[in-house]
Amino acid sequence: MSQKVKDASIPTIPFKARFSRWFGRNLLRIYMIFGFTYLFIPVAYTFAFSFNDSGKSNLIWKGFTLDNWRNPCGAPEVCNALGNSIKIGLLATIFSTILGTMIAFAIGRYKFKGRSTSNLLIFLPMATPEIVLGASLLSLFLVFKINPGFWPTVIAHVMFCISFVVVTVKARIASLDPRLEQAAMDLYANELETFRKVTLPLVAPGIAGAALLAFSLSFDDFIITNFNSGTLITFPKFVYVSAARGIPAQANVIGSAMFFLALAIVIAGQLVKRKKTR
Amino acid sequence: MSLPKVRVPYLLLLPGFAFLFTFFILPIINLAQTSTQTRVAGGDTGQYEQTLAFSNYIQAFVENKEQFGRSFLYATLATIFALAIAYPLAYGIAFKAGKYKNILLVLVVAPFFTSFLLRTVAWKQILGEEGFVVPGLRSLNIIGEQTTLTSTSIAVVAGMTYNFLPFMTLPLYASLERIDPRTIEAAGDLYANGITAFRRVTVPLSMPGVVAGTLLTFIPAAGDYVNAAILGSPNTKMIGNVIESRYFKIVDYPTAAALSFTLMVAILILVTLYIRKAGTEELV
Amino acid sequence: MPKDPITARGDLRLTRITKSYGDFTAVDDLTLTIPKGSFFALLGPSGCGKTTTLRMVAGLEEPTVGSIHLGDTDITTTRPYQRPINTVFQNYALFPHLTIFENIAFGLRRRGIKDVKEQVDKVLNLVELPHLAERKPTQLSGGQQQRIALARAIVNRPALLLLDEPLGALDLKLRRQMQIELKWIQREVGLTFVHVTHDQEEAMTMADTIAVMNEGKIEQMGSPADLYDNPETAFVANFLGQSNLIKGKIDGTDGDNLVVDLYGQKISMLKKRSHAVDNSLYAGIRPEKFRISRLGTPVKGNTLSGGKIEDVSYIGVSTQYVVAMPWGQEVMVFEQNDDGVAPFDKGDEVNISWEPNFTFGLRGDEDIEAGTEVNPEELEEE
Repeated sequence: MSQKVKDASIPTIPFKARFSRWFGRNLLRIYMIFGFTYLFIPVAYTFAFSFNDSGKSNLIWKGFTLDNWRNPCGAPEVCNALGNSIKIGLLATIFSTILGTMIAFAIGRYKFKGRSTSNLLIFLPMATPEIVLGASLLSLFLVFKINPGFWPTVIAHVMFCISFVVVTVKARIASLDPRLEQAAMDLYANELETFRKVTLPLVAPGIAGAALLAFSLSFDDFIITNFNSGTLITFPKFVYVSAARGIPAQANVIGSAMFFLALAIVIAGQLVKRKKTR
Repeated sequence: MSLPKVRVPYLLLLPGFAFLFTFFILPIINLAQTSTQTRVAGGDTGQYEQTLAFSNYIQAFVENKEQFGRSFLYATLATIFALAIAYPLAYGIAFKAGKYKNILLVLVVAPFFTSFLLRTVAWKQILGEEGFVVPGLRSLNIIGEQTTLTSTSIAVVAGMTYNFLPFMTLPLYASLERIDPRTIEAAGDLYANGITAFRRVTVPLSMPGVVAGTLLTFIPAAGDYVNAAILGSPNTKMIGNVIESRYFKIVDYPTAAALSFTLMVAILILVTLYIRKAGTEELV
Repeated sequence: MPKDPITARGDLRLTRITKSYGDFTAVDDLTLTIPKGSFFALLGPSGCGKTTTLRMVAGLEEPTVGSIHLGDTDITTTRPYQRPINTVFQNYALFPHLTIFENIAFGLRRRGIKDVKEQVDKVLNLVELPHLAERKPTQLSGGQQQRIALARAIVNRPALLLLDEPLGALDLKLRRQMQIELKWIQREVGLTFVHVTHDQEEAMTMADTIAVMNEGKIEQMGSPADLYDNPETAFVANFLGQSNLIKGKIDGTDGDNLVVDLYGQKISMLKKRSHAVDNSLYAGIRPEKFRISRLGTPVKGNTLSGGKIEDVSYIGVSTQYVVAMPWGQEVMVFEQNDDGVAPFDKGDEVNISWEPNFTFGLRGDEDIEAGTEVNPEELEEE
């Protein structure tokens, strides 16, 4: 053993310091594991109970079945609600992305009188609770004798999505090096060509991100929808209404499917991005 | 270009702002108008006329001050808890995740992809009488026979914390990620220990994210009624629940409008004070 | 406003150009002619207005007052894409979403040129990077990006090529190499190059004419040797290399020479090298022009006695001395290590001497610190 005596010139880190370092390093890791577990418990639960052979009420585990996945429209109204949500989501996404992108370009690219007022007008809807947005819009529709329903819901969704689109696209525009556009102009591209060949392709990822965000906000919205949709059933409304007696397992199927679909889109997007930069 | 350059931004703004004016500003003005109406004597349910009854506000507030207080209390608590959970998460992803950074970021957003109502209902069922947690805790004698986990204010706050967590995490991550790790090393070089460096360098530099995250959590939380409706009981009613029932059950538009308006103004004032205090111009 | 691209060639003439931003005047009544085919450098510290000048030539800014002509064509208010002028941007501004090939082809395609492939290949060969055509800019090293930016500009055979601190982002070794290459390419393609830089060495290596700018004005213009040997202002004397400026009085003339009194010691210098307006002046001598000799050793030319070695730094090719003069000033002396003379030590008492012709004279009311406190490494931000 005498050969193995430690060389005194190599300082050893005392155990206490080593432990506190280990703990310090891993405390964060442990914390993060807990955090992610917390985030995913309801998702896992929803997924697990999509396989429940539940019959009408999906409260208690009764046995494993694939029936719900084979027949996701099995429960009354659930696919109708899903269809409405998708339709509303797509329309709201298209309109809010177009309007929001235009505003983002105006604010992000130009200096003009009223720019700070414009920023305020974009910020206000985000600083207003959804219930106020929904309730006030409903009051307006009532004044004009417009019955709540599909189009009022689309309008409501466009309204609250615009700000988020503006913020997302504006951030992308702000991160754009102005010299790229100057370089294009320097290389004989006029304003329109510069926009088409350089600005737009470079801002496109931001616009795509904004559209995805708008769709997910619209698809998942309950409060504003509840005020403006009247008797129209959307997916979140369907879940809310059936929550009292236990939602049918088909809703879990749809929720889980949406989860995996969205995850696939995001991962595919990441892969494309990585491939592009490589 | 034939267009005078000055007009371009205004032309770009026009359609969007016309839309926002019609469906955001006008409704708010209309809401303010509705809030001072009173019921038409002898009229049908839902018939109101303008009488400039500002007393609606006083009445609405007095009747519902408990729910108002609860809304702001729950929202504040949910914001604090969300910050406490999200900060280490965002910090870990920004500085310690290495090549897993993008995957972890996706994981933070991923629960979002399942409808938030489904997730809230899932919590209700997990923590409910028929779930596995409550019977489990009871059999271990950790909680008594009478104690429940749902239908409590704790459940409502926990639900809100959960629902708005990504709104907190993402802005925090964005501002932490922008910090040059060398500034933290520099702090270490200048005799700051880990905690001091964190307190003096990391935290101040991440303030824009803290401000954005707390706002994005607090504002929707204060107006929320879904968590209270699903996870709470009549004793945990928030102002959102009151507004909702005034609209749909009682058809008392003026009171609902007065409550909405009060809520909006209260939040705007709080937000303005908060932003002043936090000293961040960069909001949107 | 003409819509068609301008095909004009010829000298670039800036006439009485002023550019102000609010109260701040970036470029102040500037008049300048850049002859066709030259390699011209605009040299100056941060914020001296050189980048603003370049941007006005490129068409990215419009002058507040004044006009810009290319040959006989007035291009003052034409759009950047109408000018036969291309720029190599600081940090290159390569389009990240396009391949190298498409980056270079960008200008050709906009102008509707037919043989795009052939021309791009040719210029890629010129910059010796033909194998990178299908890569994206982010996959290239800094030096490679720099060459592609150059290729993207010169493929259009512009009347004028503007280079905005093109080598600023490269490390020293690469910068030296690129300086030589740029000079070679300029000769090869025969274009007019206008080069903006804060690095005096870079400007002197590459340019045949340098305009030194300070606070929106041109201080002096000339060949590198002119500027170095015969600076007209303290700013130029200090910004290009180092100078010893010693206060003196003109005592009289002696043929083509002036007799100057420097703290009681008489020296002589060429009359035509004096820019003094009255009889007070600063005599300027570059540190490497001085010779040091021990007391009692006979010396030729101008001599100042009573010096004492204050500090010695041996740097290989030369030894740098700080010599304290009797009137309290410290002068810099660079001695080549080529004469086998044992180096001097700190505290040695010495004379310093130099060839009278190497002396230049500045106005006696100059601020002798001008141009010394600027940090040339600092990147220009305008």
